[in-house]
Amino acid sequence: MNAHDTFLARHSFIELTARERIRALLDKGTFRELLGPFDRIESPWLAMQNIVCQADDGAVIARGTLGGEPALIAAIEPAFQGGSIGEVSGAKIAAALELALGEFEAGRTIRPVVLFETGGVRLQEANLGLAAIAEIQAAIVALRAHVPVVGVIGGMVGCFGGMSLAAALCTELVMTRQARLGMNGPEVIEQEAGIEELDSGDRRLIWSMIGGEERVAVGLADTLVEDDTDQVRDAVLAAFERGVPKQHRTENIDGFIARLAQVNPDAIDPDTLRTLWGTS
Amino acid sequence: MTDALSRGERWLDALTSPSTRTESGPIRARDGQLDGERASFFAVVPDPENRFPRAADNVVGLEQGWLLARAVREAIDADRDAGVKRPIVAVVDVKSQAYGRREELLGIHLACAAAVDAYASARLAGHPVIALIVGPAMSGAYLAHGYQANRIVALDAPGTAVHAMGKEAAARVTRRSVESLDALGDTVLPMSYKMSAYAKLGLLHELIEGVDADAPSSVDIERVKASLAAAVKDARNGPRDLSVRLASADAKRTRAASIEVRRRMREQWSA
Repeated sequence: MNAHDTFLARHSFIELTARERIRALLDKGTFRELLGPFDRIESPWLAMQNIVCQADDGAVIARGTLGGEPALIAAIEPAFQGGSIGEVSGAKIAAALELALGEFEAGRTIRPVVLFETGGVRLQEANLGLAAIAEIQAAIVALRAHVPVVGVIGGMVGCFGGMSLAAALCTELVMTRQARLGMNGPEVIEQEAGIEELDSGDRRLIWSMIGGEERVAVGLADTLVEDDTDQVRDAVLAAFERGVPKQHRTENIDGFIARLAQVNPDAIDPDTLRTLWGTS
Repeated sequence: MTDALSRGERWLDALTSPSTRTESGPIRARDGQLDGERASFFAVVPDPENRFPRAADNVVGLEQGWLLARAVREAIDADRDAGVKRPIVAVVDVKSQAYGRREELLGIHLACAAAVDAYASARLAGHPVIALIVGPAMSGAYLAHGYQANRIVALDAPGTAVHAMGKEAAARVTRRSVESLDALGDTVLPMSYKMSAYAKLGLLHELIEGVDADAPSSVDIERVKASLAAAVKDARNGPRDLSVRLASADAKRTRAASIEVRRRMREQWSA
């Protein structure tokens, strides 16, 4: 194929809804949703604040197979409340990962995938969103001893707040160029620390710091993909083929303390970091 | 720089023996006795000389996250072959995560995740991990330092709070006044900044009332030590996961949706 045909053959991952993203990744015809919209478990807290609920609370959980193996995919819907984690959406993701852990305790296997697209805690459910994120993190740490937990950050919301820690706990992370991964959103930093610390309107700067390309180049994420469902799927399958590593990224404490020691805080920028930490 | 100790330092001094080593940097690791047993205590303290200027206060930044992870893992390693694992206590007084462009570029999310991992791994290895909230326990900083504990104990005193965002920032983001945010917290429990409201979510093992958090008396200190020892005992008799947070009477009331989601997903899991 020439470049033009390749471009036309692409199927955007980013433009899909959470539910469509899962369908695109699972083996054809194997998608089975758990606690779907017809189960109508909605946020008990949003209505109290005159905010319209959504019947799946912005989290889609499905089982199926991936590369012929049993799989679980949890996906966050960016179009509902910015992909924020409330009590119900957080509990759905935590429960799914806890049940996946149960599979291994029962002597079976399952491939867990999380599709991140979230600003973090849903502020209208503050402390219960935060509590759910702690439970999601606990489940990822317990589960990844048995199987890689693979995270995908598609775009355009990105992955922020407490959920960026959950992403960092994943065995491997797949990111598009459009995706961003950071703890504090640029707007929050500008608000807390001033525009001289970070101009949240400078999109080029933001993506150069926390975008998928930089994150993969400096070893804070694993695979960079184009916005194409086949590429995302191939990257996820490859991560499972590699299996559980001897050491997860969050266990490489001496390595990262040494890397941090190489950095001069007064003279650091995305390009300099690539020369210091670059993996390729 | 003032000589005033932060809450975290003050309580660490109250609960542990003085360190034999010179202490510097943002993380304190000390040993203390709980019910005649050796326990490890960890705190994040202000570090005015920190080379990352946005992380000089008692906040969790890049170095704080990684150094916490290292300190907690040293305790795990020391007990690798021990039949009974030592208690680990996170003394929580953390205002926030560090907000800065260097922090984001250099992966503060990963540094904090490393601390999450260390505490969770300690819990899974059989250490009773207890969080003692003596000051603010805010958002990502609390996730990194305290929220992976088997049991959470908090002082009900001015200045202790658990929340996802500081009150002023939350007011800006939700376009409310600080006063209306307080009023909202009285009806929407998870929005409240009051420790007594947090206790009603069912996530706490114990809310300790009537203790002077800034200047604890020897009676106060003994009371907190007794509570920590009781939490350790309870943790040893329970599971190593966080399921206990859904088991209390308060959780059954306030986190009913969290429980219902798990019940129904289990039903549909193998259908």
